[in-house]
Parts: sequence; C-alpha cells; structure tokens
Amino acid sequence: MKTLLATGACLVVLCGLAACGEKPQVAGSSVQGQPAYVGTGVVPYTDAGWKAGDATSWEEQMRTRTQAGQNEYVRSGGK
Amino acid sequence: MARMKFICDAERCIECNGCVTACKAEHAVPWGVNRRRVVTLNDGVPGERSISVACMHCSDAPCMAVCPVDCFYRTEEGVVLHDKDTCIGCGYCSYACPFGAPQFPSSGTFGMRGKMDKCTFCAGGPEAHGSAAENDKYGRNRLAEGKLPACAEMCATKALLGGDGDVVADIFRTRVMMRNKGSEVWGWGTAYGKPSSGSGAPKATKS
Repeated sequence: MKTLLATGACLVVLCGLAACGEKPQVAGSSVQGQPAYVGTGVVPYTDAGWKAGDATSWEEQMRTRTQAGQNEYVRSGGK
Repeated sequence: MARMKFICDAERCIECNGCVTACKAEHAVPWGVNRRRVVTLNDGVPGERSISVACMHCSDAPCMAVCPVDCFYRTEEGVVLHDKDTCIGCGYCSYACPFGAPQFPSSGTFGMRGKMDKCTFCAGGPEAHGSAAENDKYGRNRLAEGKLPACAEMCATKALLGGDGDVVADIFRTRVMMRNKGSEVWGWGTAYGKPSSGSGAPKATKS
C-alpha cells in the first residue's frame, strides 16, 4: 500500500513539474537597451535639469519639460 | 516609470511638416525614409484635418508579434525599439503596423530592402546611450539627454504632444475643455463612442 501511495505521489509531482521545462513564449527580443535615466555621459548635450542615473530625477525632468514646453496654459500663467 | 506616448491634436495641426523636418534633421534620416509624416484627411474640402503620424509605440505592438527574428523590444519607458543587427529586412512588421511606421531604405543592390527603420521616440537603440554606433544606426538619443522627441518639441502650434502618457493626456484634456468641447471633438466619438441624447449614462446598443 505504501509503495502504491509513494508511486502515486511521485506521479503527481512529475506531472506537476512537466511544464517547468517549457520555454517562455512571450513576444519580445532578449536584447534590452539601458534605461534612459542612465544618461549618455555627454555633458554638453545633456539637459541640466536632472541627474544622470537617478530614475526619479529623470521622470521629474520629463514631466517638467513636457509641461513647460508643450502646455501653453502653464506657460502663459493662467487659463 | 513613465509610459512615453504621442498624441496629435487635429484641431491645431497646420500641416507645416515641421515635425517631419525636425525628425529628419535630428537623426540624419536618409532620403526615402520618413520616420514621421503628416497625413491630411479630406484634403481641400472645408473642414479638412491633418495629423502627424509615426510609430505610436503601441502597448501591444503588432510589429513585435510578427517579427520572425524577434528584433523588437520595449524599453522601461514603454518605447518600442528594434535591433538593426538582428533585423533581416523581411517587411512583416510593415504589413502588421496599422500606422505605416516601419520604413525600408532601398539603397541595396537591385532595390533590395535594407534594415527596417522607424521612429525611436528619440530613444536610440540597444547600443550604449550616446555612442557613435547608436547614433549611426538609430540617430540621436534625446531621452537619455533628458529631452523629449524633437518633433514634439519643434511643433510650432504644439499640435503634436509627446511625453509621459499621463501628462500629455492631461494637457490634451485641458485644451478640449478650454474649447468648450467634449465628446464632439474630432476623433473622440470614434475612440469613446457618441453621447446618447439627454443626460445619464450612455445606453447600450446592438451592433
């Protein structure tokens, strides 16, 4: 009886692990570039409003630049 | 993390092609390849509308799904980029893209298609940011310089908005409200449906 139970348990575990060897089928290359907040390291072309390597600072820079450059209701100081 | 998106305000676009010129100049895009272009609907008819179109950096990008060599990838900022070293120039992405974003230079022998080229949201490619290799293949990496895409920043009427999706959506919404417009604004009904007569929630209809 014990052998039967052990065999059964082994079978269940094997069936459970059967899909573990499956390769992921998600679209997308294995190639991944660096995130933008890393910066280019080329100081003359980098905007001065943020710190390279700091993700929060980069996001804030993007928000500020979008509002200042593309939202004229902010630029004109009123609505 | 920000999700970078473009949106074009058809009420403002004056078909000046400034965005197209800015893109070509910034990235030294060769002749015959247009990463961005202005499309005019009902040209010459009163009420014509123009919109600036390029890669929309789709959240569920069809180009990514059909590429046989898996050369596409999505950056942390939500920008869809591709690796030109992997691309075989088959053109599948061109058929899959609803915006006609993928472009192919025809400079090869017997008009052979070269590697695919498309809008990078000014985010370069897989090479090191700001490197000569990245610049040669993909153009300038403005995002890593703390700047926004050249097309959006150069737009004279600010019709083309580019940046974090939440921010540009807020800017666009404010504009629509300031025009005392709402659901009747061009394109709104197509995307979100027409309002039902009277107040209250829209009624479900059979199609």
